[in-house]
Formats: sequence, structure tokens, C-alpha cells
Amino acid sequence: MKYVDEYRDPAPARRLIEEIRRTATRPWVLMEICGGQTHTLVKYGIEELLDGAVELVHGPGCPVCVTPLEIVDKAIAIAAIPQTIFVSYGDMLRVPGSHSDLFRVKAGGGDVRIAYSPMDALRLARENPRRRVVFFAVGFETTAPANAMAAWQAKREGLRNFSMLVSHVLVPPAIRLLLDSNLSRVEGFIAPGHVCTVMGYEEYEELAARYLVPFVVGGFEPLDLLEAIRMLVRQLEEGRAQVENAYARSVTRGGNLAARQRMMEVFEVADRNWRGIGPIAQSGFRLRAEYAEFDAEKVFGVEAISAPEPPECISALVLQGLKKPVDCPVFGTRCTPATPMGAPMVSSEGACAAYYQYRRHIAPAGAQV
Amino acid sequence: MSGPIQFTCPVPLAARDRIVLGHGSGGKLSAELLRDVFLPYFRSPILNRLDDQAVLEINGARLAFTTDSFVVKPLFFRGGDIGSLAVNGTVNDLAMGGATPLYLSAGFILEEGLDIEILRRAAESMGRAADSIPVEIVTGDTKVVEKGKGDGLFINTTGIGLVPEGVRLSPALVRPGDRVLLSGPIGDHGIAILAEREGIEFSTDLASDCAPLNGLVAAMLAASLDIRTMRDPTRGGLSSALNEIAARAGVGVTIEESAIPVREEVRGACEMLGLDPLYVANEGKLVAFVAPDAAEAVLEAMRRHALGRDAALIGTATGTHPGLVLLRTPFGTTRIVDMLPGDQLPRIC
Repeated sequence: MKYVDEYRDPAPARRLIEEIRRTATRPWVLMEICGGQTHTLVKYGIEELLDGAVELVHGPGCPVCVTPLEIVDKAIAIAAIPQTIFVSYGDMLRVPGSHSDLFRVKAGGGDVRIAYSPMDALRLARENPRRRVVFFAVGFETTAPANAMAAWQAKREGLRNFSMLVSHVLVPPAIRLLLDSNLSRVEGFIAPGHVCTVMGYEEYEELAARYLVPFVVGGFEPLDLLEAIRMLVRQLEEGRAQVENAYARSVTRGGNLAARQRMMEVFEVADRNWRGIGPIAQSGFRLRAEYAEFDAEKVFGVEAISAPEPPECISALVLQGLKKPVDCPVFGTRCTPATPMGAPMVSSEGACAAYYQYRRHIAPAGAQV
Repeated sequence: MSGPIQFTCPVPLAARDRIVLGHGSGGKLSAELLRDVFLPYFRSPILNRLDDQAVLEINGARLAFTTDSFVVKPLFFRGGDIGSLAVNGTVNDLAMGGATPLYLSAGFILEEGLDIEILRRAAESMGRAADSIPVEIVTGDTKVVEKGKGDGLFINTTGIGLVPEGVRLSPALVRPGDRVLLSGPIGDHGIAILAEREGIEFSTDLASDCAPLNGLVAAMLAASLDIRTMRDPTRGGLSSALNEIAARAGVGVTIEESAIPVREEVRGACEMLGLDPLYVANEGKLVAFVAPDAAEAVLEAMRRHALGRDAALIGTATGTHPGLVLLRTPFGTTRIVDMLPGDQLPRIC
């Protein structure tokens, strides 16, 4: 398949791996931010191929995983209201809330539908004028423009039966949180290619300068990631801390200006809770006051729902590179994708789920699978 | 900040107390349902084997017996419809036991208000499919449920067939070293159906691979009786079929990613939708475990048959990692090919 196979070709991959191994004088600790990148690295066993030259730490960039419990509970509450059509990206349906998940709401008679685009939810709202249609607007900067577009379009059309449950988060504040922790072992970052397609990478230049860590914008295919790793290792060996772009076929420094503009017209930066992490200041989006009529939390009066999360699992340590998923005592036993106990086990992009799905056969002794 | 950042976890959900769609996915949830709800009450050693069909010894004859229900949406799709699917699906379950299909029953659950023309088209398609096999539909039943209590048309078919002398297929016969043969490219049916489903419509020329496999199976058995076991990888796809065999046979399975045929259209759709072809349904493919000495002859016989033209040797049964299916990537690494808990879910981005 054109534009895919070129980036999965084993021969250039071997050359990149050899070069990384030749260049690295010690095992550098690198973090990929995005869950899609984690998925590829684990699926292709790239960590295994780089063992000894590079240690990969899996960052908090799985949108499904970091959507806070209280938002999932709000989604469940709204979806259970009769005559509501609740529309969501597919992988949010299995995410456990405090007591239920959207699949169960559906099983109990709720009208929960999977969509690939918020525009499908708009269409449903037009086609069902007597029913209230709610779109679950989650994700990082990647999905924010399309979700903003839906609200913008709904306002323009005067669609009164459409609203959005918004839980958007931003990548740079999470990186800042990690770098501010004095236990962080991360020495370089693969910046998220899709997020940067929208946002560009100027924000990462500030981070690189302030924390003196290198960033390389990476794509999602094996060769994209190996190239990003090669560039990071080179920077580290040469003592540089710059932002470089290994995903130029999609990313420019300024990003997608039209998308960013529409996004900022509809959303404003706000404090956000992250599942498993807690509140991070100025780390997400909420709808601007001009769009309050499309805010499902207000429309359905669920703003007050809150859900304390009991401290238990080790995702903190996993995300800081202090532990691997297989080091968790409940990994693969009580905690599996069918019975996720922690956020990173929920979506296939979560670090724990990716390990469970693809790599538990090489888990160290002690981790029962 | 000092000390590790505090992260926390949600409370795990208790065991599922309601049926969710994933229980029908052919994955782990389906298996749990069998294990926890049905098998303890039915207490049948034959059922406990969990083969696609029961093989019953009656007066010296070996009878294969199976049933399947069809709830596909849309009812008519490129490459097939609920009628042909209902006939071929049950015939294929018989064929996977090596049986020659003989007779089918057909049960219909109709929703009040269903257009009779739709039912007529489905029945016509069933008749045509049955003739081509050939198999005879000899008994049936019709029930009507109130409007809103069904989804237009559900069909159940039950089939019986005869297992020829000398044919013995079972996962229990699989040995390390056996070769794994696949009859053709995977994922056509699932992607063809998905392309026509509400909310996901995309244009493709791809057609369902819906077809009866009894002819292909007969050709394979004529080439060699050293075929150990066969499955048609329907719901849950190739991964579920291989995992089931690995678990029942107590062997490991290693497959080569580069050896598994997948059409460009299917790969493209899967890339776009965030799905893995290994988990996408097929309705006219089979996977066979064959003794190493017989593998070449069987593979050639498959390739001579119209439904096995693109058959491929995709892997081997192993004595290591029993119960686990591993896939070797073109990068030389291996990864697990697991059974999914429920349906594959489209990813956010």
C-alpha cells in the first residue's frame, strides 16, 4: 500500500537501528508522547530491537486513557437520559466510569452510537429534531479542530438539539509536569506527529530551551519513529537540545493555521483533570462563553458530578519511566483489557494494553499472564 | 515537584451482569458466556469440545450436526445477503468437520411490518445457495415479533451432514510441526459489511467472500487425509480461529505476517478505520492444520480450487508457548495475536 509500506520496510529499518546503536554511547531514555506511537513501537517490537541503545518510556498521550473518571460518569449519566442520542468515538465506550460504562448504558436501552467524525453527530441532530444529540468531544489537539468545527457549524445552523460533552487536553502542560518532577528519567522526547500537524512545534521550542531537552516530531510508522529516535540520539550525543522535525510530510513549524483559528474561536484554554494524574493548570480546552448553549454539562445539569479516584495502580511510575507495565502486580491477572483497573489498560493505545496485547510473552518471570 | 507524581486508578467494574454486544463478537466475552452460562447446565461431553459442529456416531454412520443464527445488517450487501450467508455459514460449519452437507432447517424471526419482498429476496437467495452446494432445506419455522422487537429479519439454520469414512478432524490431533494453511485473503466480508453500515459508509468495490467451502474441503481431503483440523475464521477473524485451535490443541502457533494474504482494499480500509485485518470476519475462508509431509499436496489442491486460488502457508504449530498465537513481524520481532475481549473498536485518532 502506497504511503504506508515505504514506512514499514524492514531493510531501511535495519540500517536505522544499526546507526542508532553505533551512535549511542549509553542507553538514552526517550519518551514517546502519543498513544498511537506507543502502539506502533510495541506492535513492531521496536523496543526489543533497540535494547541497550535506547530505553523507551511511554507517555501520557492516550486520549482515552486520560479522560477523567468524572467525565466518563457524566457521559454515562447523559447517555442514560431517555430520548438522548449519545455519540462517541468507538474506543470511549469500554472505558469504565465509577460504576458503569457506555456499553452497559447501551445494553440498558440507552441510544449510544459510534461515529468517526463529530459531523456524523451533527447529521443525527438534523435528522432527529425532537431528540437531543450529544457528542463526546474528547482527545488532544488532534481532534479539537473537528470538534470545534461541529460546534461552530451547529451555531451557524441554529441547531438547538445538539451539544458536546467536552474533555479536551493539551500535550505541552503534561510534558511540563513530567519535566518538573525531579524523578523523571526522560532525556528526550518524540513529539506527537498528529498534534503537531495541527499545532506546529513552536511550543516545543520553548520547552526544549527551558528544560534543555531535545524534541523530535515523530510520525506513526516504524520508520518514522526510528528516524525520530536516530535524530534524538544524535542530538543527545552532540549535547544539543533542539526541536527537529522527522515528520515533515505532515508537520510544519506553524501547524494548520485555519484549524487552530477555528479551534480557538470555539474553545478556550482551561484547567483540566487528567485521569490518574489529577488537575493540571491550563491543560485543556473548554467551550467559550459564546458557545455555552452547546455545553452538554450545562444543558443536562451534570456539572456537579465528581468522582474521586482511589490511589492504587502504578501508572504514575510507568509514565515516568520508573516502572514497566509488566512490573505491576496486577498486570495480566486482575488488570486486563477486558477488566481494566487503570487508565493505561483501557484503550489499545494505552501502554499497559499495548504490552498486554502484543508483548506479554516476553514479560519477566513474576508477571503472570 | 518532589516524589513521584501521584496517579490513581478507577475501581474495577464487577463482572458483567448484562449482555453487551461484545458477547456476540466471537472473542473472549463469547467464550466466557459459554463457559459460565451454557456449558455447566448442558453438561454434554460432545458440546464441551466446542467444535464448530458436533460429530455423532449413529448406527455406524458419523453425522455432523450444527446450528447458526444470522443477524447481519444490512440484510443485502455487496457479495451476498442474509439468505446466502445463512445457508453457506451453516454448510461451512459442517464442512469444517469434514462432512458432506445434506440437509438444512431454516427458522425465521420476522419483525411486524417487514416488506414481504425483502423476505422473498432472502428466500430466493437461500434457494439458490442451497442448489449450488447442493443441500436441501427440508424443515423450517416462522415467528413474527411486534414492531420494534426485532431488526427486520433474523434467520437460524441447522444442518446435518455425513463425515466420510477415514476422515477424522479435531484440534486434539494437532501436533507441533504441523503446517498452518490459509485458503485466501482475509477480512473481505467484515470490511464489505462495514463499508455499508450507517455512520461509516465509504466507497469500495470490495465484496463479501461469502461462499460454501464444502467443495474446497472435499478437494483438500482428496489430496490427503492428514489434515488435522479446520476452522472457518468468521466472527473474531483469523486470530480467534487460531487462538481457539491453539487452546484446544495445547500447542503454540507461530505465523508470518508477510505470508498472510490481505487485499489492498482491506488493508487500506483497516488503516483508515484503525482496525486489524486479523480480527475482521470472513465468510468464505478456512484455515487448516496439516501434517508437515502432507502440507504441500494439500496446498496445491487448495490452489487448484477456485476458492483456494490464493491459498498460502502462513505458519507452524509449535511445542513452545502452548495456547499462544505469535506473529513474526517483517522486523524479525514477534508479537502476540490475542483474542479480543469484544468487538474491535475504531480508535479516536
